[in-house]
Amino acid sequence: MKKINSVNKVKEFATEQSMRLGEQTIVKTEEAKGFLADVADFFLFMKRIIKETFSRDFEFKEFFHQCFKIGYKSLPLISITGLIMGLVLTIQTRPVLVKFGAVTMLPGMIVISLLREMGPVITALICAGKIGSGMGAELGSMKVTEQIEAMEVSSTNPMRFLVVTRVLAATLMIPLLILYADALGIFGSWAGINIKGDVPFVLFFSHAFSHVEFIDFLPAFIKSFFFGAVIGIVGCYKGYNAGRGTESVGLAANSAVVLASLLVIIVDMIAVQITDMMIL
Amino acid sequence: MNTEQTETLINDSFKKISDESVIEIKNLKKSFGSQEVLKNVNLKLFNGENLVVLGKSGTGKSVLIKCIVRLLNADGGTINVFEKNVTTLNRKELSELRLKIGFLFQSGALYDSMTVKQNLEFPLRRIKKNLSEKEINEKVNEVLENVGLADALNKMPSQLSGGMRKRISLARTIVVDPMIMLYDEPTTGLDPVTSDEISSLINDVQKKYKTSSIIITHDIECARTNANRVIMLQNGEVYQEGRLKEFEDSNDPLIKSFFK
Repeated sequence: MKKINSVNKVKEFATEQSMRLGEQTIVKTEEAKGFLADVADFFLFMKRIIKETFSRDFEFKEFFHQCFKIGYKSLPLISITGLIMGLVLTIQTRPVLVKFGAVTMLPGMIVISLLREMGPVITALICAGKIGSGMGAELGSMKVTEQIEAMEVSSTNPMRFLVVTRVLAATLMIPLLILYADALGIFGSWAGINIKGDVPFVLFFSHAFSHVEFIDFLPAFIKSFFFGAVIGIVGCYKGYNAGRGTESVGLAANSAVVLASLLVIIVDMIAVQITDMMIL
Repeated sequence: MNTEQTETLINDSFKKISDESVIEIKNLKKSFGSQEVLKNVNLKLFNGENLVVLGKSGTGKSVLIKCIVRLLNADGGTINVFEKNVTTLNRKELSELRLKIGFLFQSGALYDSMTVKQNLEFPLRRIKKNLSEKEINEKVNEVLENVGLADALNKMPSQLSGGMRKRISLARTIVVDPMIMLYDEPTTGLDPVTSDEISSLINDVQKKYKTSSIIITHDIECARTNANRVIMLQNGEVYQEGRLKEFEDSNDPLIKSFFK
């Protein structure tokens, strides 16, 4: 009798476990399907952007307006960040180089790290926060308040007017902001060196750039266009596909920053790998 | 507005209605996931007519007019607007057809980043590309005067009250001279006085611009002011169709609940 009972218990346990496993499998499968659908949706959105970019009736006025908003309006933030980036990098690196007696390498090292990596990535991350969230929130609130639908029924293509202009403006303006941040970073570095020394700017500049080659600058400049495109596309995608209700506006802005920042890091990793392979 | 004036308005409107339909919907179906919102909707909108669509919240009234301009794609059935099936038009054809249709959104949907003037110019510059700067200004001033807000030209939408937003939104819709107007709950969220003003304005627009209109509402006063014919939606189908008087005299409990 006891044996039968224990066999039944084992059976029940096995049935319960297999049912739970089945339920979990269904939930995970649905999650995976949802994720893949989101990825497919994102690529379809990119395809529409490319298609609309090359269509007639480009919205030049709105494009220049967005360039002004993304580029000019970001200058104060990028100025401060760029300057501090160069300054802090110099102050932090100096003691290490002093230990190795290589302090004369400091300007070249700072400028190379600024041009190759720190300038583009940090500026892109700042832009993902400022520009990506701005686009997500703006388009998200337009979606919630039916402004995008209003545009569509008045025979204006909202993809062309709202999305293409923003993505192109971000793709063009963010590399320029990165160049500007690099320049201010170099100036900040010179200021950092002069905290504990007296180096004229011309000497610092010529010393720094004697170590820099064109190949240090070019791949970083090219990848900055991809950073700009990623930030623009993600910001617009999240805003354009926001749900209903005010909560979704915040969600769109937040997820735009998170995804854009993550993609900037991933694009950077891929760009570095490609550059490394090409140089070797 | 008293009952006599309302009756006069309705009778005036009736004289213009013809047998020619501008919108004809047959067996319209629309679902969201497993939720079947429109099951089998059939209706006609005649030239010069104001058709009021009544129904409880969630019965698919807004979905119905969004399907007409294809903001939502119908799952089944046909929607003929000026004898063109909206469901099968390509993007260019749809865009051309939409030029003839004005849509007043429930929220007004004014562009927040633009002034009132820019809001009105936005569709005008894109749809009527051959207009000169002077003609655009004249047209903008004309529609603003028609909605009684000529002094709001340089205001931002955030500076406007709910009623003013609705008026400006109506002005933006009529600025391109549409032939059909679709109103999505035009008086929702407004006080009774402003609601009456908007209802009268809809009537004035219909008279002045000779439009045919579908008005989605559950505001009976708005229906009284504007309706030539009324349709009630229930459970995704047309529940009752007729003149407003027939609805008011009906003994059907559902219809009576609207006219308490």
